[in-house]
Amino acid sequence: MTTTTAPLSVPSPSPRLPARRWWPLAAAVLLTAVGLLTATGVDWPTALSVDLSSPLSSTSDWIIDNRDSHPLFLYFLGHISNAVVFSVRAVYLLLLALGWAGVTVAAAVIAWRAAGIRIGLSTAAAFAVCGLLGMWVPTMQTLALMVVAVAASLALGALLGLAAGLSDRTFRALRPVLDTMQVLPAFAYLLPVVLVFGIGVPAAVLATVVYAAPPMARLTALGLREADPTVLEAVDSLGATARQRLLTARLPLARRQLLLGVNQTVMMALSMAVIASVIGAGGLGDRVYQALASVDVGAALAAGIPIVLLAIVLDRTATAEREERDGRGWPAWLLAAALTAAVAVAARLSGALSWPTSWHLAIAEPVNTAVDWMTDHLYTGVPVIGGTADWAAAFTGWVLDPVRSGLQALPWWGLLLLVGALALLVGTWRTALTAVLAMAAIGVLGVWDASLDTLSQVLAAVAVTLVLGFAVSIAAARSARVERWLRPVLDVFQTMPQFVYLIPVVALFGVGRAPAVAAAVVYALPAVVRITTQGLRGVDPVALESARSLGATGWQQLRQVQIPLARPALLLAVNQAVVLVLAVVIIGGLVGGGALGYDVVFGLAQGDLATGLVAGAAIVCLGLMLDRVTQPTSSKEA
Amino acid sequence: MPRRIVSMAAAGLLLLATGCGAADMTVQSSPFAAAEGSKTVTLSQQSWVGAQANTAVAKYLLEHELGYRVDTVQVDEVPAWDALSQGRVDAIMEDWGHPEQEQRYIEDKGLITRGGDVGVTGHIGWYVPTYFAKAHPDVTDWRNLDKYADQLRTAESGGKGQLLDGSPSYVTNDKALVKNLKLDYQVVFAGSEAAQITQIKQFAKEKKPFLTYWYKPQWLFEKVPMTEVKLPAYKEGCDADPDKVACAYPHTPLQKFLNTDFAQNGGEAAALLKNFHWSEEHQNEVSLMIADQKLSPDEAAEKWVKANEPIWRKWLPKK
Repeated sequence: MTTTTAPLSVPSPSPRLPARRWWPLAAAVLLTAVGLLTATGVDWPTALSVDLSSPLSSTSDWIIDNRDSHPLFLYFLGHISNAVVFSVRAVYLLLLALGWAGVTVAAAVIAWRAAGIRIGLSTAAAFAVCGLLGMWVPTMQTLALMVVAVAASLALGALLGLAAGLSDRTFRALRPVLDTMQVLPAFAYLLPVVLVFGIGVPAAVLATVVYAAPPMARLTALGLREADPTVLEAVDSLGATARQRLLTARLPLARRQLLLGVNQTVMMALSMAVIASVIGAGGLGDRVYQALASVDVGAALAAGIPIVLLAIVLDRTATAEREERDGRGWPAWLLAAALTAAVAVAARLSGALSWPTSWHLAIAEPVNTAVDWMTDHLYTGVPVIGGTADWAAAFTGWVLDPVRSGLQALPWWGLLLLVGALALLVGTWRTALTAVLAMAAIGVLGVWDASLDTLSQVLAAVAVTLVLGFAVSIAAARSARVERWLRPVLDVFQTMPQFVYLIPVVALFGVGRAPAVAAAVVYALPAVVRITTQGLRGVDPVALESARSLGATGWQQLRQVQIPLARPALLLAVNQAVVLVLAVVIIGGLVGGGALGYDVVFGLAQGDLATGLVAGAAIVCLGLMLDRVTQPTSSKEA
Repeated sequence: MPRRIVSMAAAGLLLLATGCGAADMTVQSSPFAAAEGSKTVTLSQQSWVGAQANTAVAKYLLEHELGYRVDTVQVDEVPAWDALSQGRVDAIMEDWGHPEQEQRYIEDKGLITRGGDVGVTGHIGWYVPTYFAKAHPDVTDWRNLDKYADQLRTAESGGKGQLLDGSPSYVTNDKALVKNLKLDYQVVFAGSEAAQITQIKQFAKEKKPFLTYWYKPQWLFEKVPMTEVKLPAYKEGCDADPDKVACAYPHTPLQKFLNTDFAQNGGEAAALLKNFHWSEEHQNEVSLMIADQKLSPDEAAEKWVKANEPIWRKWLPKK
């Protein structure tokens, strides 16, 4: 249940890098050292940068002035916007008409039909908890928005994926676009969408679609392209038409990838539901955001829990194995629909459409007390280990500051060389070129220094994530009990809206870059733990057995068999850590991380396209660069 | 050909739904509005608690005295102006002055109408905790701030004293002020008001000194007493050039703003929102219930409304 990307195609293991790959790195290091001694200017030269602020502000003014008169808005965008409002409203009214009992029963029955009785019961429980927490109406608003956004994302993604899966040319054109979208942080979509569509639900739905459709497109295309050629050959020899071939062979063969695509899209849409509250999406995200304003962790948690529950239920339903479905088919679904209708009518007749307020459970108060206690006792002066505030100060002074000043002291061309050399080390000439160009683009945008500040925070957060993540995964891979105990914890941390833990993080670490790093680690850790644990567990049991029979100790097995064999998974974990940490850089801006994250938040808050969009673009460039530097690509694939 | 029929029907439905002509999305309401078929008003919910108090009390009166259904949407200040001009929200209940937007949306386009004073005067300034000001009385003059810079140093302020700033959506000249007054300070942006308040409370718990950007009226003063640091006096126009500001922030009478269409056709709701006028103490009373006693805004508003009937009676439209 990764909220961003799943292992798409785990690269085949290439045990050792060819020796010649090392020379570019050595050369870059040497050149940079020489540069440091001789260079006069280390900053990006101003002559090479472009100031985009005046064209961007005039674009923004033009849109505001023409929004109610220009045909582009009246005859195209306006219809899109109205269609979104119309569909969200339709779904919302339907949910309200079903009443709480109807919705709960419908959801439970669907989950039961799709994934079995246990998931069905958990779904019913999850919806009941949403009601208990007093979040029924916001939950329905979020659900209505999600249903429309997910349906649109799936349709759009499947169409694009179908086109790319069947035509090589489309695939080649689409692939770099989809690759780029995968490293785009969710916040980066908000500003341009808001400018065109204004604050509100249409903007939120469209930002969600743009964010959540790419994984569906990608996985559909990959699924169609990876179909076993011998099966297709056989279908062809039976004289099937192109359409029959697609419907009877290629799509069924790609089922696993398609399901994974659906799952990814749902998860990403849900994570966007909260972020979109910044632009007036309403619903649960808005409740979390409002609680943040009165510094009320308990209230934020009360709105955050329904999001976590929705995510877990949807994920379990979408990924469940559906083997025993055959033979039941339509009658069972009809029965389910009838049951739902009966309950809804019963609820309506008894006048119990909205969740009764006397059934509310107030959790805000005890949660706040607990958080206060925790921060009081951990903040500072804990014997021997010091308090969290002391750690934060030490981390800032000893890690963040040196890394930042180190990066900023490097001459700009030295850094470009270094990036190119590193990318060449794990990838190909092409990935190296992309990485260098992305880095250069940051300089051209004129945000070189701020980007290096952000980069230093990202590097520090990735390092902490990897150290913690690998330690936890080794424990989880060695003990099934630890893994079982870990799974719900990881689920919660991965789906909990980041807004919820902003206040505790500040209360523990103070304002600054240290809490930003802490928030990033909390967010990225689950994916890293998951991928690494799977990698370590997936090691061929024969290899382990033979190592054991040779008398290797547990530690030797881990070091000499498991880790080398799990190398592709470990590299993937590094890549994911980088992408995920970067995705929360903007959240870091909300707790004093400064640099690019703050600029994006500033741009959104002030409607300042020039600052926000440029910083957003720089984050995207950083993401591309880091992704290419850490993404192992075998040369045959490129 | 059932599939073709289905797809044609779907296309037809979509066309019906969207209408075939022009669609002006600048006049479009929220899909969650008026769900129970009633008259709805949408209020902009701003992130600071003082504004939440205005909104909560207005909402309570609209719902319980006039029978409206009220939706609130939380938006930052500048985007809220944009939303107000489009009618996505009907009213902003507290604004701290946005000359550029006033020019564009009120004078030029006429999409927004002034709704009068809130009755509260806002003031931004630099503050130190009162326990620190008592121990060092001369810290309350900006000329002496440099003396205390090393006591106010943090890991983030890079060897200088820390001046804590908050949300990026608030009006601030602090970077220019520090530069133009040649102070040995570094502005550290907390990035959100929640982070800033949490940090201030944490400092106060340990009785540590700090210097922060803050504003009045604000409920936090009741929890953490703070004393203002005197900056060079404010004169009309001294903050005209944002890069050259070297004076204190003005005292701003806070304003309400209404969407023009709503102001003209909004009936009793618009009349009530225009009449809404209370004092700093009233606002703080409600704010404190929300932020400190952790009552929900609705509960806090209910409590205040029950206890202060003579005040809000005057706001109700005459029948």
